[in-house]
Amino acid sequence: MQKKPSDWKIVLQFGLIGGAVSVLLSLVGMVVAFDQRYIISNILTFGQITLFAPIALTTYLSIRRISAPTRGKSLLWAALAGTIGGLLLALLVALGSVVNLRAMFVNATSDLYNIITFGVPVPLGLLVPLVFCAFLGILMGGLYLLTPRWRTTILQASAWVLLFGLLRDLIMTVITPWGIIGTIIGLMFALNGLTIISAAILFVVVGFFTYRGYGRKAEDRWINRLPPQRQKFVRWGTIVVLLVVVLLLPYLLGIFFSDILDNTGIYILMGLGLNIVVGFAGLLDLGYVAFYAIGAYSMAMLTSPELGIAHLTFFQALPLALIVSVFAGIVLGLPVLRLRGDYLAIVTLGFGEIIRLLVLSDWLKSFLGGPQGVQHIAQPQIGNFVFNTQQSLYYLILVFIAIAGFVAWRLKESHVGRSWMALREDEDVAQAMGINTVLTKLLAFGTGAFFSGLAGTLFAAKLGSSYPSSFNFFVSINVLSLIIIGGMGSIPGVFVGALVLVSAPDILREFSDFRFMFYGAVLVSMMLFRPEGLWPEARRKLELHEEAPPEADLEPQPAVLSTGQQ
Amino acid sequence: MSKRLFAIVSVLILASFVLAACGPSTPAYTCTDKIGCVTIKPGDPIHIAWALVVAGPNETLGVDSRNGIEIAIDDAGGKILGHAVKFDGQDTGCSAEGGQAAGAKLAADPTIIAVIGTSCSSEARVAEPLFSKAGFVTVSPSNTAPDLTEAGNANNYPGYLRTAHNDKVQGAKAAEFAWNVLGVKVAATINDGSLYADKLQQVFADNFKQLGGTITTQLAVDPAQTDMSSVLADIASGKPELIYFPIFLPAGPLIIQQAKKTPGLENTKLMGADGLFSPDVPKGAGDDVEGFMVSSPLVTGAAYDAFVQKYTTKFGKAPISIFHAHAYDAFNMVKAAIEKVAVQQPDGTIIIPRQALRDAMYATSGFQGLTGVLTCTPTGDCANPTIGVYEYHKGQYPPTLIFPTK
Amino acid sequence: MLRNLRQRATLTDIVVWGIGIFIGIMLIIGFYRAIFVPPYNAKYTYFTWADLIVKGLALGGVYALIAMGYTLVYGILRMINFAHSEVFMSGPFTAVFLANALANAGYYEKNPLLSLILVAALSITVSMTVAILLERVAYRPLRTAPRLVPLITAIGASFFLIYTFRGLYGSGIFAYPTIPALQGSWTLFGVFELYKTQVVVITFAVIMMFILFYIVQWTKIGKAMRAVSEDKEAAALMGIDVDRIIVFTFALGGASAGAAGILYALQFPVVNAFIGFVPGLKAFTAAVLGGIGSVPGAFLGAMILGVLESLGPNLFLDPLRINNPSQLKDAIAFLILVFILIFRPSGILGERMTQTKV
Repeated sequence: MQKKPSDWKIVLQFGLIGGAVSVLLSLVGMVVAFDQRYIISNILTFGQITLFAPIALTTYLSIRRISAPTRGKSLLWAALAGTIGGLLLALLVALGSVVNLRAMFVNATSDLYNIITFGVPVPLGLLVPLVFCAFLGILMGGLYLLTPRWRTTILQASAWVLLFGLLRDLIMTVITPWGIIGTIIGLMFALNGLTIISAAILFVVVGFFTYRGYGRKAEDRWINRLPPQRQKFVRWGTIVVLLVVVLLLPYLLGIFFSDILDNTGIYILMGLGLNIVVGFAGLLDLGYVAFYAIGAYSMAMLTSPELGIAHLTFFQALPLALIVSVFAGIVLGLPVLRLRGDYLAIVTLGFGEIIRLLVLSDWLKSFLGGPQGVQHIAQPQIGNFVFNTQQSLYYLILVFIAIAGFVAWRLKESHVGRSWMALREDEDVAQAMGINTVLTKLLAFGTGAFFSGLAGTLFAAKLGSSYPSSFNFFVSINVLSLIIIGGMGSIPGVFVGALVLVSAPDILREFSDFRFMFYGAVLVSMMLFRPEGLWPEARRKLELHEEAPPEADLEPQPAVLSTGQQ
Repeated sequence: MSKRLFAIVSVLILASFVLAACGPSTPAYTCTDKIGCVTIKPGDPIHIAWALVVAGPNETLGVDSRNGIEIAIDDAGGKILGHAVKFDGQDTGCSAEGGQAAGAKLAADPTIIAVIGTSCSSEARVAEPLFSKAGFVTVSPSNTAPDLTEAGNANNYPGYLRTAHNDKVQGAKAAEFAWNVLGVKVAATINDGSLYADKLQQVFADNFKQLGGTITTQLAVDPAQTDMSSVLADIASGKPELIYFPIFLPAGPLIIQQAKKTPGLENTKLMGADGLFSPDVPKGAGDDVEGFMVSSPLVTGAAYDAFVQKYTTKFGKAPISIFHAHAYDAFNMVKAAIEKVAVQQPDGTIIIPRQALRDAMYATSGFQGLTGVLTCTPTGDCANPTIGVYEYHKGQYPPTLIFPTK
Repeated sequence: MLRNLRQRATLTDIVVWGIGIFIGIMLIIGFYRAIFVPPYNAKYTYFTWADLIVKGLALGGVYALIAMGYTLVYGILRMINFAHSEVFMSGPFTAVFLANALANAGYYEKNPLLSLILVAALSITVSMTVAILLERVAYRPLRTAPRLVPLITAIGASFFLIYTFRGLYGSGIFAYPTIPALQGSWTLFGVFELYKTQVVVITFAVIMMFILFYIVQWTKIGKAMRAVSEDKEAAALMGIDVDRIIVFTFALGGASAGAAGILYALQFPVVNAFIGFVPGLKAFTAAVLGGIGSVPGAFLGAMILGVLESLGPNLFLDPLRINNPSQLKDAIAFLILVFILIFRPSGILGERMTQTKV
């Protein structure tokens, strides 16, 4: 066994990593971009949090590792770790003031340096990150030394303050039309972020409830102490209220956020489909965007007068488009039946790209519109009502999601669903047990293609047009990330994943530049730390958590299981 | 704890709905405008948005236009009719997809009065239906595709105008230049699938054939394509004297370089258009850029020179593209129109009726701008353009004007 | 034998073979037309074909060096390093700044060889570093995980790298300056032009391949690499430090990719954060085509792929009256990928890999 490394080494290592990550986030431009947004008005910006969070985090982690005899010593090590991180930042500023870093790193601007040094000019400013990070280290050390109850309290309270600060725009948009109540709640916010007072109040209130409620077991929760009929009433009541909110959401949130909801909805549809292919059947399909494109273009071909092929209405063309998608799913699934794992992934990726190139080419321009795409696609119409606003589309999408979710749920528990899971666990054994793998796989591909094609038709109808550049590999990765984050094979996980990956970046506008960085980092982190996802399939959660000790340490563990193979 | 909190919040939400319905309503100016009106209370800004390409390989085009607008805002003192100008916008990426993303985001913001954009015609084709439906006035400083202002064309939408030239003029001028000045009889064209390039090379080809020339072939590349060897081999088989490729970056510089390494094309003349008027062209094509020509708008005059001075002072370097003056004029046209149609209320609120604003924009006549005297046609062409031909030299930007010579 | 075939053939086999044969026939028709049928056969001169072949070989050289990385890592870890395309991108994208600095200072004219060596050295170093970091952070903890997990991690890492580099350096145009010494061409037989850059690229690629092959086949560490790829546990028992060998493999693949980056930059001087994605996929195709796990296979596959891709649009697609065939150039590579993986996954020189449980 390896000897445990010395405290010095741990502190050095973690300090350097923290500092390096902070420098990276600075140079990539996140810090300056996020600096526009204040969490607490005029006091704390999101940029500052982004800049110093990595150092704080690594400092905290380092103290957990070291075995300091006294509390004072812990704090000292913590301060040291912080200082090392701050040193890297100071070096960045020092270098930047001498050499024109901007010629290579576009984001090494004086704005950045000012954020790091809190506006104090160089050379005195170089001391600022050192001192501040040392101080931050001591804070983290103190946090570690607190009892878990206090620690959780402080962390949770801070998290709520951060959340409210970030969601200020969303909240303001929602509450502005609420008359008096809106104005009162609106007092909480300043022009940009929370006011100091409201932040303090929020912190105290959340802290109070967390402290009180800490350690309460499930039986003690107030809802479980009610008599059974009342419990049922409250539970059903909550569901009803939730449903009402979901139905009223587009009118609560306005056009801009409804648009985000629509996009999320379309991705949820695709996620449900890919969840079947990857999550249930274990077939890693990286070319999923192909069916999305086929659905959208089928709708385009059947309804747009520009291409002149046919001029049906949306609902007339819908079943045809879906049939084409399913057919495509089967056709693209046939050649890959014998492939597994990595090779299956790459071939499907190849298919996705081939479809994209075909749709983009001039050769097929008369059928598919070429690089300029197709416009004037029919929008869904029932009688005289046309679904052409973000809000009306929301309801249409909601209906389809409900249907799709129901279908997916029933499929999962059905004979077919169980065949898929058998296939996922071990293909050869499944075959030996008499499952027709060919049929099962084709069924998986076909069903997945159905959902994706449906999403594609809605996408085309929503925009009224279809452009080849929208159907690229990134879409496939988006959907894959969705279900990975939510939990492969888990239906509620799809919703969670979509909320995190599609809604969140759109809500925080300045985040959109960094969204793919975020995706990549999240994918890697999830695989390293929580491969079962955020809302995992019940089966997997049971399997995993029976074995794992309650205090899983944060060291990267080799992922124990993700596709069921132990 | 959270369940209780949740219950309280839900009750509040439901209650506030009731309250909101009963709340006091603001006394409204009866808006008789066909599209609708925007009310701007005292202290609120007038929201003008930009939809330009400010990131990616063609960023110089959009950044340059945006800079021009910023100078116009400065010159107006940052205000229109006493209200501050709120100037923000979305990157459009010079692609249909980017135009759609930017268009959707901007169209969802009802506070926007006018959009200055887009940069590339392929974006406009996609974004304009969204802006038109949202009721905005759109003025483009650099869209040049003829379709966008052609009556009855599917790509022409109400509310759209431009201060940039129409490519029917640019294509014709380029063909004349090739035939008369360069003496070229045989030519080939390359486009990149975008609305702009496709239409412009077609105008060039039609005019060139009318003058008596031969077009050997008209091919297309993908905008992100790096390997041009098969296209160039195909073109070389026709032995053209000139290749006209009115496309964008990064494909343009790549074609320039690879043409010099294609047997049969080493000495063929190469010509592009305003999409390749950028300091990134000599950067990307290196030494091979020597002799590469582009057709582009020609803007002159004392007022323009003063403007360039202001630009250089404010941004630290000379203009990085050629539509900055057009963008400046676009903003001023919008400002003039707003000043004309806005209804001023006694308490300082102003109401801007959207359809009236559009009508005022289309009625612009004899407007003195940096790019000339602007008079708008009913379909949105406002410019009275002069097209020049420029030539690049190694490591030098901007390219030198070679036609018309002064 | 025919009876055997009839027993084993399933419906899917028939359909798949049917599609394959159809496409094969179309390609033969195209080829035939291009060579024998007017007007297609008079369109291009022999010199044009020769030039396209040379360009294809130069492309193949780049793919070969990238494919090395894929094949080495697959051999050792049985995993597709999806992020290798970003390892390839990081080198030239970083070195472009050094190249421009050197050119502005005049070294490109005075001392082209030294400048090139410096730029190549930087590119190789950066790529190697990225590869080693990847292994340490993303792959090492997941060595015992089921197959899907490292693949997804690799995809995530790939995305992360693309957008991190884009964030660091920006999204504008970055181009390598022209090297005056490499401008122009040598004329053969009085007519045929051999462009200097292409000669340099092909020569350098061949040399690098020999060096890599030598390392893998004839050095002690190469022997250790082959041992680890055969059987990890046995190699560990024999006293080989498996972790160190794996790091070395990644480093070697990274260095190779960094060198490939410079060769790429010599042909296509405009670089950005996205130049890795498609060449990475094509290099992977090349590795599979040649037989994954085999170093000479990677080279062979890459050269074939490069030439096919270069000739493809003009030789096969144009005579089939597909207009603007160069837009479908990438599709040719992807089609080859799909076909190889379906019909002959072991590649030309490789071992039978995919029928067994992977």
